[in-house]
Amino acid sequence: MQIGLDIGSTTVKIAVLDDAGKLLFSKYARHASRITETIKNILEELAAEMPWLKTARLAISGSAGIGVAEGCGVQFVQEVFAEKICTERLNPDTDVVIELGGEDAKILFLGRHFDARMNDSCAGGTGAFIDQMASLLNVPTEELDKLAATAKTRYTIASRCGVFAKSDIQPLLNQGAAKNDLAASILDAVASQAITGLAKGRPIKGNVLYLGGPLTFFGCLRASFDKILNLTGTCPDNSLYYVAMGCAFCAENPVDLTTLIDKMRAADANREFDHLPPLFTSEEEYNAFIARHTRDNVPRGDIATATEAYLGIDSGSTTIKIAAVAPDGKLLDSFYQSNKGNPVIAVRDYLTDFYNKYPNCKIIASAVTGYGEELIKHAFHADYGIVETMAHFIAAKSLLPDVDFILDIGGQDIKCLKIHNGCIDNIFLNEACSSGCGSFLQTFAGILGYSAGDFANIGLFADKPVDLGSRCTVFMNSNVKQAQKDGASVANISAGLCISIVKNALFKVIRPSSPEDLGKHIVVQGGTFLNNCVLRAFEQELNLEVVRPDIAGLMGAYGAALYAQERQQVHGGESTLINAEQLKNFSHTVKTVTCGLCSNHCHLTVNIFADGKPYISGNRCERPVTHCAPNDSLNLYRYKLQLLEELQPVPGKRGKIGLPLGLNMYELLPFWHTFFTTLGFEVITSPINDKTIFQKGQNTIPSDTVCYPAKMMHGHIKWLLAQGLTSIFYPCMTYNVDEDTSQNCYNCPVVAYYPEVLAANIEELKSIHFFYDYLGLLNKKRLTKELYKMLHPAYADISEKEIKKALTPAFDAYHAFEDKVKAQGKKIIEEARSKNMPIVVLAGRPYHTDPKINHGIDRLITGLGAALVSEDAVAGEIPRKDLNEDLEVLNQWTYHSRLYAAAKYTAENSDMNMVQLVSFGCGCDAITADECRRILEESDKIYTEIKIDDIENLGAARIRLRSLFAALGFEC
Amino acid sequence: MSENALPVFTKDMKATHTILVPGMLPFHFALLRSALQSCGYKAEILQNTGREVIETGLKYVNSDICYPALLVIGQIISALESGKYDLEKTAVILSQTGGGCRASNYIYLLRKGMEKAGFGNIPIISLNVNGMNAQPGFELNLPMLKKLMAAVIYGDTLMYLANRTRPYETIKGAVDELANKWLNKLENAFLEGKAQATSTMKQLSKALAEDFAALPQKAEEKIKVGIVGEIYIKYAGLGNNNLEQFLQKQNCEYMLPGMLNFIMYCADTYLTDYKLYGGKFFKYGISKMVMVYLKKLEKIMLHALDTQPFKPPASYEETKALVKNVIGYGNNMGEGWLLTAEMLELAKNGYNNIICAQPFGCLPNHIAGRGMLNKIKEIAEDANILPIDYDSSASKVNQENRIKLMLATAE
Repeated sequence: MQIGLDIGSTTVKIAVLDDAGKLLFSKYARHASRITETIKNILEELAAEMPWLKTARLAISGSAGIGVAEGCGVQFVQEVFAEKICTERLNPDTDVVIELGGEDAKILFLGRHFDARMNDSCAGGTGAFIDQMASLLNVPTEELDKLAATAKTRYTIASRCGVFAKSDIQPLLNQGAAKNDLAASILDAVASQAITGLAKGRPIKGNVLYLGGPLTFFGCLRASFDKILNLTGTCPDNSLYYVAMGCAFCAENPVDLTTLIDKMRAADANREFDHLPPLFTSEEEYNAFIARHTRDNVPRGDIATATEAYLGIDSGSTTIKIAAVAPDGKLLDSFYQSNKGNPVIAVRDYLTDFYNKYPNCKIIASAVTGYGEELIKHAFHADYGIVETMAHFIAAKSLLPDVDFILDIGGQDIKCLKIHNGCIDNIFLNEACSSGCGSFLQTFAGILGYSAGDFANIGLFADKPVDLGSRCTVFMNSNVKQAQKDGASVANISAGLCISIVKNALFKVIRPSSPEDLGKHIVVQGGTFLNNCVLRAFEQELNLEVVRPDIAGLMGAYGAALYAQERQQVHGGESTLINAEQLKNFSHTVKTVTCGLCSNHCHLTVNIFADGKPYISGNRCERPVTHCAPNDSLNLYRYKLQLLEELQPVPGKRGKIGLPLGLNMYELLPFWHTFFTTLGFEVITSPINDKTIFQKGQNTIPSDTVCYPAKMMHGHIKWLLAQGLTSIFYPCMTYNVDEDTSQNCYNCPVVAYYPEVLAANIEELKSIHFFYDYLGLLNKKRLTKELYKMLHPAYADISEKEIKKALTPAFDAYHAFEDKVKAQGKKIIEEARSKNMPIVVLAGRPYHTDPKINHGIDRLITGLGAALVSEDAVAGEIPRKDLNEDLEVLNQWTYHSRLYAAAKYTAENSDMNMVQLVSFGCGCDAITADECRRILEESDKIYTEIKIDDIENLGAARIRLRSLFAALGFEC
Repeated sequence: MSENALPVFTKDMKATHTILVPGMLPFHFALLRSALQSCGYKAEILQNTGREVIETGLKYVNSDICYPALLVIGQIISALESGKYDLEKTAVILSQTGGGCRASNYIYLLRKGMEKAGFGNIPIISLNVNGMNAQPGFELNLPMLKKLMAAVIYGDTLMYLANRTRPYETIKGAVDELANKWLNKLENAFLEGKAQATSTMKQLSKALAEDFAALPQKAEEKIKVGIVGEIYIKYAGLGNNNLEQFLQKQNCEYMLPGMLNFIMYCADTYLTDYKLYGGKFFKYGISKMVMVYLKKLEKIMLHALDTQPFKPPASYEETKALVKNVIGYGNNMGEGWLLTAEMLELAKNGYNNIICAQPFGCLPNHIAGRGMLNKIKEIAEDANILPIDYDSSASKVNQENRIKLMLATAE
């Protein structure tokens, strides 16, 4: 007899084999982190089935199995290795194994060139991710597959990591997208993540075996894989037990089954994990804490006798909050509920209820805030909309007039507002990558088998809260796994998670150097702070006492109601909010269409309400709504694109040569285009507006944490190859142009050397002329020589003299482009000033001009009523000496130097504000962002950073920008 | 803030101040400390590790910065906060390579962090050969450079020998005991001012190799693992969750390419750039001379390691030749082409299981590490390369599980 025990991150599997290798007994159970107990139950079942089996050769495998095996001295078999052994035995003709587990995804290439790939630490597209998405859709995990089977359309969902996908799905949900379509899109995202993240360019072909829980249970997930791989894989019998069976095959040592559990328990008792001081050391301490926090109450009024109310609705990412407030600010009624994926129904029910119960209470005005602001406003004809940061500020100010800092941790966002002189002075929002906030705590509670409320309470008196660090959810998952392995109790995990949320907010979002940085009068709010562990951890971490209003979760709605009152008193008039009569006939239908008005082909979600008026979302521009093209006259980004698009191919004697339009080519295109056109080449440039470019090259990306602009290059090269080109030019460039503003003029390592990655990972480039040698533009003589060395072998008739001659018009074209951009920038600034418009310097790199990279943030800004210029248009206004004297960093990259200059220029001009675009994973911007912030803040300017990646949805960016404009005193 | 407001490390401070050095490689840094001491500087290698260093780092630097910066700055600031040092008589030192990698900015980040933490008055010394951020009291002159280089050579030799013999020792702890004995001996040689003479180096390193060769060895085949990657993460236990200790427990032999390679690669950079892009002939000439000198030192080390039963590792030039037509020599930010070359060199010498240790999101490693894996496998078919990202909250369990997989498939 041989036994394999596979202890994974979420489940335990056992396989009992007879000596011929036949599976006699198997069992699959979720362990909810109670590993030893679960194994005990399984072994008891085994004992009931085979009472004679007392001793068997046994080995342990699985990601949570290492510690167990070490603790009780049992042989450990690495799980992928076990899987390999089992596959080779049972399915010897297999070429590739794909296994998705709880938190791991694996691809095994079998045969001569054996290779095993496991997901990197930053890739959560696995079973736990599916669980998380199911809870987001508010359906049981099993249901997801059924839903997906009836999908009609699919959305693009960022597949890189769970948090990103979530940022895409949440707004779609709020906009009313159908759950079955989302379910299918989620499964597609999982498949595409697993394949691109793990195969990294190695083709998956031949006989493919699907293993593990998700692939066993979800037919639609297998179909997604089949579709992407263009083959039909098989999910064999016992696909859940391959690791356990492989482990059994490897088991060497007899183990006494009757004493195994005791050994495990003994080992559990001895385990250690990193822990933090407890939240409360005594009951008295806890009581004092509770007493202090029950003081901060919002005044209440009696709705039964009230005749007038202002209604505030906060349609958040996961919950809907409503507050009815009397004219004197007393809270009359409130509502706080999960939106169950459909905020419209929740609001409708509340209003129906309100009209029925309180027919004498007149709603004078209403305002909506939060993610679902637009949808709810349209559905119910609410009077006003307000950006959520402002709503929170208004609410906090009403409680604590001298508030100088507000921290709001909601379901998906962390928002921090710094208040100075009664105005919002600075805003921090969490980046898409660290949104491990309230919903994250809730998901974890669910995984461990608790309700969010119970989960919070068990942490209060934890003796050793686990030290979980402070990064993204995916990392947190693995850390929790490790803590479980080390025997941490659920109480200690709960407390640890609460502390890590606080640390995340402090170290990732706010980053104060000392508590005094935050202010003296701090209000904390948002549903997450109703959790006393989180509140306590925050006070402990800062060593400060803060105010948590008793309606911490309602503050957005309360603020919206106060705002409605404020506005109504200015504007007067009757409320437009849907009345009781209209509400009876209320209807809401959703359909999805693809917009055909431009090459973007946005997936539009059209909500139609009883009055027949549609509300369209999912659009990146106003065209489907207004049916007019967006006005780009004050948008320098679009002007740059237009200049680039003017560079058309001119047929020539030397045939075609391809240039991929990405990274530094966004700036150097005029140079190289002119150079090659002069030499008689027909220059083919990869397109700006092809939405599918990224997908084309996705399979060849070797490093999934490199920035998105670099990843795009793979697609551009694939596009050029698809045109049948046999020459592609894209040189490595350590040095950039020297604008004499920095101490050196480097490119960043990625821009400098990305051609190397393309050459090494795109197979087809080996059979064509791919010119990617190292060039520098600074020394014309060397440049001529190196270009000659590069081109001559393929084009024997090219002479050095010819190259030298072609470089002159090339440099002219480069400078002409630069001059045009600067001149147009000046023009835009002048025009904006004459119209008293705010001016935004949208600062990034040249390649951030690409609408597929900035996702249309430029038009979002101009749509909000600002004029927009780029960093390179204004950087030249700051002389080198002035710039470097002030810098606290080594100014050594050309592009980045422009950011510092642009920040300085913005700081000097009262009508300008800078918004910095930062690509996720850009190491250099960890430095530039801090420095630009410093430069701007020293001049009392608001610094706004927007992190971008392949996330399509602009929801978070919109909040930031609206908050910025609101703080500046503009209405939009 | 203008440059002249920065705290200065004056000539007088040489006598009064203790210079704190962030730790990296135990042998090398102990020797570097003695070398500095023999030049009249009081230096102390920081040994503090653990969660506190990471927490301090998180507090004082942007958490998106590379992990080595976070650790080094965290280590320095938490040492300053510890109360162990007289802050009126303390300075800190950090190396600065000056290439296009963001590592050149560490010193500025350290300065920002120290100011934030209230240590703005403590002078910072930049260790570099380009004259960046110079301090009057710290002069990297020729005699000192010679001593520092000698420390590197001895360190590399000692590390190589210890790693080669430790897995096969017959008496547990014998290798570390011998290594520590030699470390003491070499430290004393530095303090006596004798260690750096060419003849001494030849003699001492040969004797060192012979001593190790004389250790009884088990005749056993072990899995051979190579470690490459970003310089700090691959060398510092603080950075790689004590990878070396973990591998020792897994009963395999591991090899870490030496520091000299990296130093020669840095010196070589200007020669390559001059050829590709032009530049100052004077600087080119100096770099050439430096290379000649370094090759002379390399020869001493390789000669010593050519002692039975050891086989010396490939020389710098041989290593460099391995990536001809694989990756451009112009690729010289961070570890650049050297990283690819070291992987090929290790695979060629039987270290087929290679761990490429890098900070999460390391820019140069996107190119020369992960980006080149396909190409490396075309050349070294049996290479089994495992890139691992290290980070303040990456899970050790995941990292170790992947290493276990690599070792299991190697068996």
